[in-house]
Amino acid sequence: MKPAVIVFPASNCDRDAAVAIEKICGVKPLMVWHGDSTLPDVDLIVIPGGFSFGDYLRCGAMAARSPVMREVVDRANKGTPVLGICNGFQVLTEAGLLPGALMMNAHLKFVCKDVALKVESNQSMFTSRYQAGEVVTYTVAHHEGNYFADDATLGEIEQNGQVAFRYLDNPNGARNDIAGIFNRERNVLGLMPHPERMIEPDLGGADGARMFESLVASL
Amino acid sequence: MKARVHVTLKSGVLDPQGRAIQHTLGSLGFGGVSDVRQGKYLELDLAETDREAAERSVKDMCEKLLANTVIENYSIDLVE
Repeated sequence: MKPAVIVFPASNCDRDAAVAIEKICGVKPLMVWHGDSTLPDVDLIVIPGGFSFGDYLRCGAMAARSPVMREVVDRANKGTPVLGICNGFQVLTEAGLLPGALMMNAHLKFVCKDVALKVESNQSMFTSRYQAGEVVTYTVAHHEGNYFADDATLGEIEQNGQVAFRYLDNPNGARNDIAGIFNRERNVLGLMPHPERMIEPDLGGADGARMFESLVASL
Repeated sequence: MKARVHVTLKSGVLDPQGRAIQHTLGSLGFGGVSDVRQGKYLELDLAETDREAAERSVKDMCEKLLANTVIENYSIDLVE
């Protein structure tokens, strides 16, 4: 397995992602700076959480136009798995790799807590180690996690089974309680909750570990 | 040439900030405001002197960065 974590100015979960990958996948990921226009040959790309570029203009807007993202989009289109967590999810929608957009939470407050999520599908390399319909606990920590897509797009996402995770108790106003979605080919996953913060009981839970175990199993 | 760009949320996209502003206006005694939609205003100083070329270029900027057309509309106003 050859994973990479992309690092932007003001990413702040890049280290958490690296620790989770190293602990569970047993390999140190490459940390790739956003300004690099080349990306080594890797088989997993993680876009971490944080506040890339200070959330200027829109969350993820600047990061999505970084030099390295051209390469990330190209690799994703060729089938390389790409995982975007929190700010990473925002970056992936801004880059056009995932449909819809993440808007300010409906109650206008930053939300930081553990949330229960329903695993909608285990038919992906990110979720194969879960049961479909299983309820897991991840942590959310965001101000702009309110998933929005217009009716037509939302209908398409639902029909194609692109919803990966749904909130049981919606913390941000996201349409259809959506916490995470796949692209059509299911090699790109974006989600607001943080699996990398739930990798061992001492951190509050280990439900997130199985996402990385799923990736190990399929890569 | 200057370009003035307004970026606003599309109709149908909820604007909780706008609603909070409306609510606060009401509590300050400003009645009769039936809706508030908030957005962004950007001023760009352009080297381009040809109006048509400037408009094309700013439209391209809006599509590629300044607005997220999934949720936002934009309007461009060019000033000599």
